[in-house]
Amino acid sequence: MAFKFSHGTIERNLILLGVLSLITVSIGGLAQIVPLFTVESTIERVEGIRPYSPLELMGREIYVREGCYTCHSQMIRPFRDEAERYGHYSLAAESVFDHPFQWGSKRTGPDLARVGGRYSDDWHAQHLRSPRAVVPESIMPPYAFLDRPLDYRRVQASMQTLRAVGVPYTDEMIANANADLRAQANPEADASGLNNRYARARQGNFDGHGGEVTEMDAVIAYLQMLGTLVQFRDVTPEQLRQQ
Amino acid sequence: MPTKIEKDAISGTDTTGHEWDGLKELNTPLPRWWLYTFYATIVFAAVWVVLYPAIPIRGLTGVLGYTAREAGTAELAEARTRAEPMMARLRAATPAQIAADPDLRAYAIAGGRVAFANNCAACHGAGGQGATGGYPTLADDDWLWGGTLDAIRTTITHGIRSPDDEEARTSVMPRFLGDGMLTRPQIHDVAQHVLGLSGLATDQAAAQRGAAVFAENCVSCHGDQGEGNAELGAARLNDRIWLNGPDTRAIEAFIANPRLGVMPAFGQRLDAATINMLAVYVHSLGGGR
Repeated sequence: MAFKFSHGTIERNLILLGVLSLITVSIGGLAQIVPLFTVESTIERVEGIRPYSPLELMGREIYVREGCYTCHSQMIRPFRDEAERYGHYSLAAESVFDHPFQWGSKRTGPDLARVGGRYSDDWHAQHLRSPRAVVPESIMPPYAFLDRPLDYRRVQASMQTLRAVGVPYTDEMIANANADLRAQANPEADASGLNNRYARARQGNFDGHGGEVTEMDAVIAYLQMLGTLVQFRDVTPEQLRQQ
Repeated sequence: MPTKIEKDAISGTDTTGHEWDGLKELNTPLPRWWLYTFYATIVFAAVWVVLYPAIPIRGLTGVLGYTAREAGTAELAEARTRAEPMMARLRAATPAQIAADPDLRAYAIAGGRVAFANNCAACHGAGGQGATGGYPTLADDDWLWGGTLDAIRTTITHGIRSPDDEEARTSVMPRFLGDGMLTRPQIHDVAQHVLGLSGLATDQAAAQRGAAVFAENCVSCHGDQGEGNAELGAARLNDRIWLNGPDTRAIEAFIANPRLGVMPAFGQRLDAATINMLAVYVHSLGGGR
């Protein structure tokens, strides 16, 4: 009987099925991976990107801890409707120091990639404490418990860990982390060191209360810097090209 | 294992050859149309990976040179170009000229509504109704920093106490308790006096005592009769519109340690034409002067 290759042939031969499945799946993977070998870097050559300041970093860790990414993306896609609502599409360069990145995949709430500066600190504090007090139609849960003191004993360890995976925190940044963190949360503090180390880091009494630095301070400091590092007025199309 | 493939008498189709307790299974082939559609999708995919980014034919792109970023940017640019004639007129005109021209006004109200929903509604409410806790209603005729078209445009452009704009509107109300200027009983009295300016005082004796405190500490900004001063963002106190509600405790708390409102400077985020549209839209919400 002559050999006839049919669907049945594959189904009855475990090794053949495995090899052919691998080839099929590889095509999908290669289509995504191979193009990247033809470019030098996918990261745009824009200016202004810096590592998070210690307070922003602590805020980011709370953002991750509370699972904000399950409802909020940080990824403006290059479509007209998204640009009209949220601003310039997100760049790879803008999440280059994010470990892990917070692009998210679902928008129950709005995208937050460029929320920085859009609302006042006070609005953020009220909105986090009681979202429906300022946005009656909101379905976001309240985060009033963030008004508790921030435990930032681990901030230097966090920075060292991030340095191990490539974030350019200097020894000076790590040594001054606690002081920088406190300075950013206190508008009256001397911010010259903070501003030298973290360009355009904004000082503020983010939670509206004096005294101890709270988790609320950290989260709002983080939210208020999101998407603000790149000055898109100065960016040329050449800088945005991935090549 | 299949035992015997035979033709089913009723359907005329082969069986699979399996048999369990006398039950046999038909091996009905896939419909032709389905099969050809399936082959067509394979051909489609083969063409697609050449045309669109998958096989790196031209750098990151396929034969068509398509990238999502360039397509999105081009689409946005085309939409902007289409809107530009109108936007240029809106940019060049003053808000008053826009409000006077039916065409421009209609465009500005429609565009302003969209920009308002995106930029303003989170604080001032979807209909400009504001929110208790320091977010003024924009649909009434009480204005902290002025309700004329030009005043509204200035406020939107530079914001209020915004940290990143040097021309931001700004003023400071002292922390009368926090800075030790008044005592708690004095604050109680003056709060009653302020409520009394619009006939809401609950403690008349305190309201009378508060008149002296008011005259000494408050009139320079809020006026003799509490009529307010838009130059300083000093609220009008002799009407029944309250930023934090007509609540004695809220008023006392505000005098003791005022929480001064902050509004971002939108001149750095939005096009001048959009700001003009917003000014006309906000002015039209009901209370424009």
